[in-house]
Amino acid sequence: MLEIRWHSRAGQGAVTGAKGFAEVVSHTGKEVQAFAFYGSAKRGAAMTAYNRVDDKQIINNEKYMEPDYVLVLDPALVMSDSIILNHKESTTYILGTNLTRDEVLEEAPFLKGKRIHTVDCMKISLNTIGRAIPNTPMLGAFMKVSQMLPIEEFKEDMKLSLKKFPQKIIDANMDAISQAYGEVS
Amino acid sequence: MAKKYDLQEVEVLDGNVAMTHALRQAQVDVLPAYPITPSTKIVELFSQFCADGYVDGEFIRVESEHAAMSACVGASAAGARVATATASQGLAFMIEVLYQASGMRLPIVLCLSNRALAAPLNVNGDHSDMYLARDAGWIQLCSFEAQHSYDLALMAFRIGEHVDVRLPVVVNQDGFITSHTAENVHMIPDEKATAFVGELEVVNSLLDNTKPITYGVQTEENWHFEHKARQHNDLLESKSHIKKVFEEFNEKFGREYKIVEQHKVDDADMVIVCIGSTFNTSSLVVDNFREKGIKVGVIAPRVLRPFPYEEFAEALKDTKVVACLDRSSPNGAVGMLYNEISGALINNEKTPIISNYIYGLGGRDVTIELLSSVFNDLTENLKAGKLTHKVQQMLGLRGPKCEYFGEKG
Repeated sequence: MLEIRWHSRAGQGAVTGAKGFAEVVSHTGKEVQAFAFYGSAKRGAAMTAYNRVDDKQIINNEKYMEPDYVLVLDPALVMSDSIILNHKESTTYILGTNLTRDEVLEEAPFLKGKRIHTVDCMKISLNTIGRAIPNTPMLGAFMKVSQMLPIEEFKEDMKLSLKKFPQKIIDANMDAISQAYGEVS
Repeated sequence: MAKKYDLQEVEVLDGNVAMTHALRQAQVDVLPAYPITPSTKIVELFSQFCADGYVDGEFIRVESEHAAMSACVGASAAGARVATATASQGLAFMIEVLYQASGMRLPIVLCLSNRALAAPLNVNGDHSDMYLARDAGWIQLCSFEAQHSYDLALMAFRIGEHVDVRLPVVVNQDGFITSHTAENVHMIPDEKATAFVGELEVVNSLLDNTKPITYGVQTEENWHFEHKARQHNDLLESKSHIKKVFEEFNEKFGREYKIVEQHKVDDADMVIVCIGSTFNTSSLVVDNFREKGIKVGVIAPRVLRPFPYEEFAEALKDTKVVACLDRSSPNGAVGMLYNEISGALINNEKTPIISNYIYGLGGRDVTIELLSSVFNDLTENLKAGKLTHKVQQMLGLRGPKCEYFGEKG
């Protein structure tokens, strides 16, 4: 069982990203789950979304999770949200941030000694898609770090998930995925 | 003619979207609705299907849930296939008309994404609305996951619309947990699903001028009792028809549904009784305990009304300890499942030690740890041969432990 927690602000596309990811992974024959915590949160409020991936049907409905990966879409949430909640030794963090790794560790010393990767999802999404929706670049970075699927295979499947959008938007998302895949460190 | 929808064999859908595809494939004629969280997506998507030509029927925007169910009653009496969706306060607001629908024997399908009832206001999942509707004369089916939401919504039309049944049907799914969790759902192609549901056999249409009839008559002490007794009888009798529809669905599509669903109950000493998605999580916990050699099981009603007393009496006849888990505030009593299960088992030769847990209110997480703690309690009861705590406990509540009703209660 692979478990992922997304930290995002409502409106940044974490739920869409989690569902898109689940759909793509389901095409490889895996069983998937994508869900989020809902409340009275409005656009801009901190929120979390979740994925589970397994070879057999996922019947665990608890929200509690000790994630294998934590994906943080908004730079400020590294400091203001409990991103290390239920941390385990093998938890890997991919932080969407404009800061360097050293700058992040200075701002968030609780991350010292943990498996951390950084990528500027916000800049990439603004440059490619033209809006601050960092979910697809985060998935590109996740594919690089996790080596879950070959990047070209992932992109082909993502195109199917995005098929209801105009070609221009699909192309921009593909660019965003490729850039993040190349830049994550 | 409605357009065919391009579906893959496996889609990643949440319970709301899965259910709406069932409504589309059933080619619902009229869907009046007033959207409310967490069922909103059903209403939104169905209206989208109408606008995009995937449904030939009508979506009616109404001014309230009371009006939504009233419009359902009118359209169903006119001879249309009718459905709607709601939750929580919306269900509470339609409750008066729920009794009208069942009393008039109108086979409306209601998709209910179960949610807590205010106050305090809460949008998350528990079974308060399911429990509120349970005496309203509707057949109630319970989904544990998105796949069931889809399958049961398709079957609901076949069940309710049968001329021997003619009763409205609620399809329950856990709000947010099932309604909003996207997971693998195996889809039936449009033509096969639509063929399975079939055409509505119109009975006593209000619009048939050659055979004028009346809906909503008044009967006082002379006939009211007979009407209600007939309605009760037919609701109970519907169980055999529900079984037939479950069997036919399994033959055609290879997915098995039973009146009561069980996981490793046969040789179990200790069993949890619950409803909805908790059955799935509990099954995991059961497997964990079985690995340690502890004989436990979990059982849940797939059909809440008519309540399957005989099936529970048979399934739990050798069980030594039973915990009934109710996801609704009991407000001054034991939980509904505790009452029903005690009633089902009281005339068996042997009766188990039965206790009651209230859990998961307002979306409180139902964890593997909590469910394990229930089996740990039951193990203590098994060892002692009696209750080692009070009858009713709050499970997963913060603060001091709360338990109620004496051991003799």
